[in-house]
Amino acid sequence: MKEKKVKNQDTIPRQIWEFFCSVKLTVYTLVLLAVTSIIGTVVLQNGTPQQYIALYGKGLYNLIQVFSIDDMYHAWWFLFLLVLLCINIVVCSVERLSLVWKTIFPKQIRFNPDRFLRSKKKHTFFVDQTADSVTAACENWLSKQVGPVHKKNEENFRMVYAEKGRWTRIGVFVVHASVLLLLLGALIGSVFGFKANVRIDEGDQISTVFAAKTREPVQLDFLIRCNEFEVKFYDTGAPEEFRSNLTIIEDGQETLTTDIRVNHPLRYKGINIFQSSYGTASSGAAVMAITDNITGQEITRTMQVGETIALPDETGSFQLQGFLPHFDFRGRNLGEAFFGKVTPKEKEAFQIGMPLQFPTFDKMRKGRFTFVVKEFEKKYYTGLQVTKDPGVWYVYAGFVLMILGCWVTFFMSHQSYLIAVEPRNDGKTSIHLAGRTNRSTQNLNLKLAGMATRLENQFKKG
Amino acid sequence: MNSSIALSSATFIYGLATVFYIGYFAFKKKMLATAGFFVLVTGFLLNTAGIGLRWVESYQMGYGHAPFSNMYESLVFFSWTMALLYIFVESKYKEQGFGVFVSPLIFLAIAYASFDPSISSKISPLIPALKSNWLIAHVITCFLGYAGFAVAFGFSIIYFVKPKKTTENGVFARLPSWDVIDELTYQMVVFGFLFLTIGIITGAVWANSAWGKYWSWDPKETWSLITWFVYAIFMHLRLMRGWHGKNLALVSIVGFVAVLFTYFGVNFLLSGLHSYG
Repeated sequence: MKEKKVKNQDTIPRQIWEFFCSVKLTVYTLVLLAVTSIIGTVVLQNGTPQQYIALYGKGLYNLIQVFSIDDMYHAWWFLFLLVLLCINIVVCSVERLSLVWKTIFPKQIRFNPDRFLRSKKKHTFFVDQTADSVTAACENWLSKQVGPVHKKNEENFRMVYAEKGRWTRIGVFVVHASVLLLLLGALIGSVFGFKANVRIDEGDQISTVFAAKTREPVQLDFLIRCNEFEVKFYDTGAPEEFRSNLTIIEDGQETLTTDIRVNHPLRYKGINIFQSSYGTASSGAAVMAITDNITGQEITRTMQVGETIALPDETGSFQLQGFLPHFDFRGRNLGEAFFGKVTPKEKEAFQIGMPLQFPTFDKMRKGRFTFVVKEFEKKYYTGLQVTKDPGVWYVYAGFVLMILGCWVTFFMSHQSYLIAVEPRNDGKTSIHLAGRTNRSTQNLNLKLAGMATRLENQFKKG
Repeated sequence: MNSSIALSSATFIYGLATVFYIGYFAFKKKMLATAGFFVLVTGFLLNTAGIGLRWVESYQMGYGHAPFSNMYESLVFFSWTMALLYIFVESKYKEQGFGVFVSPLIFLAIAYASFDPSISSKISPLIPALKSNWLIAHVITCFLGYAGFAVAFGFSIIYFVKPKKTTENGVFARLPSWDVIDELTYQMVVFGFLFLTIGIITGAVWANSAWGKYWSWDPKETWSLITWFVYAIFMHLRLMRGWHGKNLALVSIVGFVAVLFTYFGVNFLLSGLHSYG
């Protein structure tokens, strides 16, 4: 590496290359990504200008806009950091792979015995046999323990060498490739995919959704009809299940009817349909009870929304105007309610609210008549998230590669073992066992200790 | 025996193990460390039983879900994963001196679950978003990751308390050698990193099947990614820039602060999809 640097120091392209293949750049980019990512978890994302001005004031809002902090994970400078990381990964990998390739796929396996024999964690013991028989036994043993054996004689030593896991050196490149694949998948998804939220009332159908980001309409190739929505609760009042029964209609044909639940979406022709929310849709009709507070007489009748009826004794009229899922009364949410218009004879008309949870609400108005909704036909709407993401398979492939790559990189290693057999003057033979690895030396030392014990036992027995 | 008795005794026994390990550190009697280890294993068995019983009890109550659904259950499981990892490390590497730095963490997590009045230990039914087979895979992998980082954090602390040169009879004489501390801290970070990676990935795959997006920059997701970045920096500094010792231990401590923020800070301070724990 160093020699190369000196040789090519002057050329500008080489300097640029060196800049992009430095690990310093990786570390700085990662630090910047980590630190700036915090911003988006603290500052409100994708809010309205009013929200930002209320929270941070006008001056800071300008700053937020300049740096796109209101959508910072898609801001130009954040994407720039990601691009920088990608270039860094590509350049580093090319540079290193060109160096490591020959190590991973060597024409011939070589080893340097000195490096092994100098190791502090070398195990040495003696046996009462001739060097020849010991060497043969060691060769046999090592090939069973590790793999194919290579031999070498040097000075007084007869060396037996075996290795495994040379290929694991490729693991780190797999990890880095997986990062690129993930980002590629994300890019494909953001260019060719969309996400949209849509509300469908029970009984209704839609074929157009509006993309959340661009607000552009997206025409689906089919209709989605919501037949029914159901919500179940536990005894504790917490929601247990949200379920929508949907029918897909293609070219006028009902092609599929199915239930979707949270965690159980429908995937149809590359479009994913998820259960995301629900609510009460406007209702068409209600059973009204109208009490005359003077005569005490009560009339009960079913009214359609929009219908007007005459009040008794020609005192005026009442029109049922509509339904509200959230009735706001002096800043308090009173829940589901109907509202209507009372027009007393020769007086000004006024509006009244009839919250369903509070049947005595209209009584507090102390008017001539009290209006109460006794029953109504409850209708839900289902909130669906409709998405298309052709990049998701690249992302998933990236996930698989990343896990495999990390596993190989961190938990497997290129290990090599050497047994040096040394005949001594007293007729005995010394055996030295040493090992090397490109990863955890601690684990290798433990392994070596175990191997040394087993090897020694082998000779004791036989 | 029910889960709550098992888990309270586990808390108590983890506390006792901590006392033994501290005693070993202070008085250097090997027996104390050995006793500490067996007490810790007992605590771990009770912790395991507690989790198992809680699982059974949730079925008896008619809810039927794995005990990984709220802050209480996650803390109990966090203690369990840390204890598991520590027991593994001590039996594999035969180094007892680490106990004093790890056992307090194991005790603190489960004690916090029991004694903080704002953390409810009630078994409650699962909300629809959590009803998925991914729940178990996601929680187990994330907490194995957290446990790796927690144990690495315990080891990293040693760099800031152990003097460079230790005398034969000094307080620190029982601590493992620098080589071993360095290597094992790295091993723990590697373990944590792999499992955090799998945890984030299972979370992403789950989110894609529940909400239709594998990544939505929700605060929990973002903070887990920040944590991942910090440990990625750790790896690059160690493997590519040759960092060791105190400086690298500092990175591991920063990483653990990020873990704690991902775990607690996001739930208590920020809002998002992940409000259940």
